[in-house]
Amino acid sequence: MTRGWVAAVLALMLAASGVVRTRAAQPRPAAVEAAVQPPLPGPPGRLPDRLPDRLSETGLYLPGTLTVDPRNRAFSPQYPLWTDGARKARWIRLPAGSRIVARDADAWEFPVGTRLWKEFAFDGRRVETRMLWRATAAGWTYASYVWNDAQTEATLAPADGQADVVEVAPGRRHSVPSRQDCRACHENGGSNVLGFSALQLSPDRDAGAPHGEALQPGMITLRTLVDEHLIDAAPGLFARAPRIPGDARTRSALGYLSANCGHCHNPQSTAATVRFPLRMPAYASAAQVDEVIDGLAARTTKWDLPHSVPGTTSVLKPGVPDLSALVVRMRSRRPSSQMPPLGTTVADRDAIDLVSAWIDDLDRRERVHGAAQ
Amino acid sequence: MPRRVLSILGFTMIPALISSVTVVANNNARPAASAAAPATDAVARGKYLVQFGSCNDCHTPFRLGPKGPEPDMARQLSGHPSALVLPPPPALNGAWVWAGAGTNTAFAGPWGISYTANLTPDKETGLGNWTEEQFLMALRSGRHEGKGRPILPPMPWKFVGSLTDDDLKAVFAYLRSIPAVSNKVPSPVDPPEDTKAEAKQ
Repeated sequence: MTRGWVAAVLALMLAASGVVRTRAAQPRPAAVEAAVQPPLPGPPGRLPDRLPDRLSETGLYLPGTLTVDPRNRAFSPQYPLWTDGARKARWIRLPAGSRIVARDADAWEFPVGTRLWKEFAFDGRRVETRMLWRATAAGWTYASYVWNDAQTEATLAPADGQADVVEVAPGRRHSVPSRQDCRACHENGGSNVLGFSALQLSPDRDAGAPHGEALQPGMITLRTLVDEHLIDAAPGLFARAPRIPGDARTRSALGYLSANCGHCHNPQSTAATVRFPLRMPAYASAAQVDEVIDGLAARTTKWDLPHSVPGTTSVLKPGVPDLSALVVRMRSRRPSSQMPPLGTTVADRDAIDLVSAWIDDLDRRERVHGAAQ
Repeated sequence: MPRRVLSILGFTMIPALISSVTVVANNNARPAASAAAPATDAVARGKYLVQFGSCNDCHTPFRLGPKGPEPDMARQLSGHPSALVLPPPPALNGAWVWAGAGTNTAFAGPWGISYTANLTPDKETGLGNWTEEQFLMALRSGRHEGKGRPILPPMPWKFVGSLTDDDLKAVFAYLRSIPAVSNKVPSPVDPPEDTKAEAKQ
């Protein structure tokens, strides 16, 4: 009897001290979790009328803390999107017991209730955290939360975004995108989730990827998804780690272009004028890579190089980066020319150097191809 | 009147005028005692909104008529004429920060040089290949085709974009109904590039 009382008191003390909560919060596969999603507004089948006002209400953190809820699994795409040097952290939560459905290696359907968060920090300070939420079967909802000066909470940014929240280079400031801008990138053919795909999560990571991040302990990869049965796919579909074929520079350049340009420049884009094949599939063949390169070299753009004859500017001119619209527009941060057109105010020099060197290489490839014919 | 005052008047009155026009257009979405909307179908309503929104003032090139500049309706809403190659804009400084061409289809300012778009249904040079969704997205986001480069000044996209979905669809329906004009408007010209900016790491 006495032993029973002691055990009960001990249990109460542990609960009060938080030890029990800590133990209960150890990472477990989402498939075996109890369903605990914070109540959020919105009737089923229709996008919610209102978003949580605070980041702390979205389920990213354990209640009353800035400790990430362990049910939210950290990940890191091998080819990060350039955002003016922002340090990023990313998490995903799949609803308990649910799985991603991979109809093929590149067409992933996320279950209703899926949430992803991406935190942006400049100079060691959190600036904004974006949330991508499949609230209903009707589609995805986009939100961004702007951090306060004390770094204790982030509040929902207006639908029109919030301009100039922090300086990222002399005279250049980062702006929180509008929700329309979110849609511009995330609703342009293919999955609405851009950085969480077979190629991006491949365990065979590209060491030459500009601004590539090292995998941290606990981060999930494609292997984790398969091993923990968090993805439904045909047997053997992901038996091999996805990798862009070709030499190291081709691999890194096409990986970068895929992550930074392919969300708009893909064959399924809603804008006919930008359907360039820059989005790389998980398992491209060497012949497909050649086809992509040849296709880019054969295309002219509606955008014209300064002082050129209208309609004659190539997307990619092997051996001549300075005459390749792709590079010239990557270098620009002027309104009518810059690429990508939103989300960045400072050019990505590492990537420009990589893509320029790759285009230089392509000249040699062209000559070899030409000699072989 | 000092130059500064003129400039401020110009900058405040044009958006205010456009804004008030848009508000009038919006109010007419509901029955009004003084000015019932003439629309009986989407195309008619779109025509009504385009007229009230003064879209012709910039998207239809002006020609010099007997009483001064007037829209050349033979080229209705076809944007800056491709054949009209303009000399470099005048130097702008101080309170005079932007300039417009005599056709009212080309404008120079801190954003570079912008040319008004061909809004006719021509497939190669106008809106012929645009979808209704793209049109709405463009006017809601202020981005070309709803995704690309910013729509440049002086296009008052925020005011037009404040119309209801139905009104924007009506405008699009009307623009699809007017004669197609083949006219490739030049690409905008950027201001000089500042290539020195480096991201903090």
